[in-house]
Amino acid sequence: MKARPYATLIAGLLMAGAAHADQASQIRAEQAWIRVMPAGLPAGGYVTLHNGGDEAAALTGASSPDYGHVMLHESTTEGGMGRMKMIEKLAIPAHGEVALAPGGYHLMLMHGSASVHAGVQVPVTLQFADGSKTTVQFLARPANAVDAGPESATGHDH
Amino acid sequence: MKPSTLLRWLLVSLLVAAAALLAGCQHDEPLPFRLTQVSGHMPDLDFHLVNDEGKPVTAADYRGKVNLLYFGYTHCPDVCPLTLAHLHVVMQRLGPLADGARILFVSVDPARDTPAVMHAYVNAFDKRAVGLTGSAADVEALVKRYRASFSREPAQGDGNYEVSHSSAIYIFDAEGHARLLATPADSQDSLVHDLHLLLAPGVKS
Repeated sequence: MKARPYATLIAGLLMAGAAHADQASQIRAEQAWIRVMPAGLPAGGYVTLHNGGDEAAALTGASSPDYGHVMLHESTTEGGMGRMKMIEKLAIPAHGEVALAPGGYHLMLMHGSASVHAGVQVPVTLQFADGSKTTVQFLARPANAVDAGPESATGHDH
Repeated sequence: MKPSTLLRWLLVSLLVAAAALLAGCQHDEPLPFRLTQVSGHMPDLDFHLVNDEGKPVTAADYRGKVNLLYFGYTHCPDVCPLTLAHLHVVMQRLGPLADGARILFVSVDPARDTPAVMHAYVNAFDKRAVGLTGSAADVEALVKRYRASFSREPAQGDGNYEVSHSSAIYIFDAEGHARLLATPADSQDSLVHDLHLLLAPGVKS
């Protein structure tokens, strides 16, 4: 029962925080890229989110004018089985960071427009638990890229 | 046969076998692999599938190459591309030796993975990758042969669905014998090291 006063306190702080600084404005995004897939197949989106604020933030969704549907997912490989599950929200601790990176948390971008190809910037709007939003430019990279770049770090040899 | 004759016969056989091995690979000790060795624990590569050009193929078509077998599906946006991207880097690091190797990407989602989709998919990763699909029964036979597994997850609202699947990479030598097992946790260095041994026996790497 000791936890309850703390829970109330934290809830109070969160509400107070939301009143003067929305979550989106506390977040700095880096290393944003999309693994562009051929044949209109779903693509993975990756970004590192830094929370510069004093309150925790939570990513709850994303959208992009270049994709019909974007979902928040997590990949796991436990017991030799690769699995993917949808997640409702992803917490970013106060003064902390969370990486959406290959093999873990990622955006699944579906039904991409034909204009998306390696090298272009794709705007993706990230939505947070308090309803605030921020738009981040994601670099479209070749399917066989292993990270955000630079372009010379990996090859697309044909 | 008297016991002493049997013993002598056994000794001679062993010497002949040892000499043949030494002459064959110029090694006096087992190859120092870093990945999990599965020689003798898994059956030779064998399948009847359709390649990404729509042609029926069997394992015999890929004999003579070191084959890296990986199960996945093209609607997999994260783990499959990550694995194939890593294998592409491994192939690049092998340099000209990579011509002796193939990545065999087998779909566990043959309902959606037509040869055309597989072709576009594998070629986005590596020119030495081959996409293999086929009937559900033929895919399942190969999956079972290597004690792998997959299961289709419930569809989401828009009809899209995911397929959970074994994440291992099975490595076969040029004669089709299962030799090594890699997991996503194994480093590119280990893969490059061991493929070097398989592709150029006798060359210290």
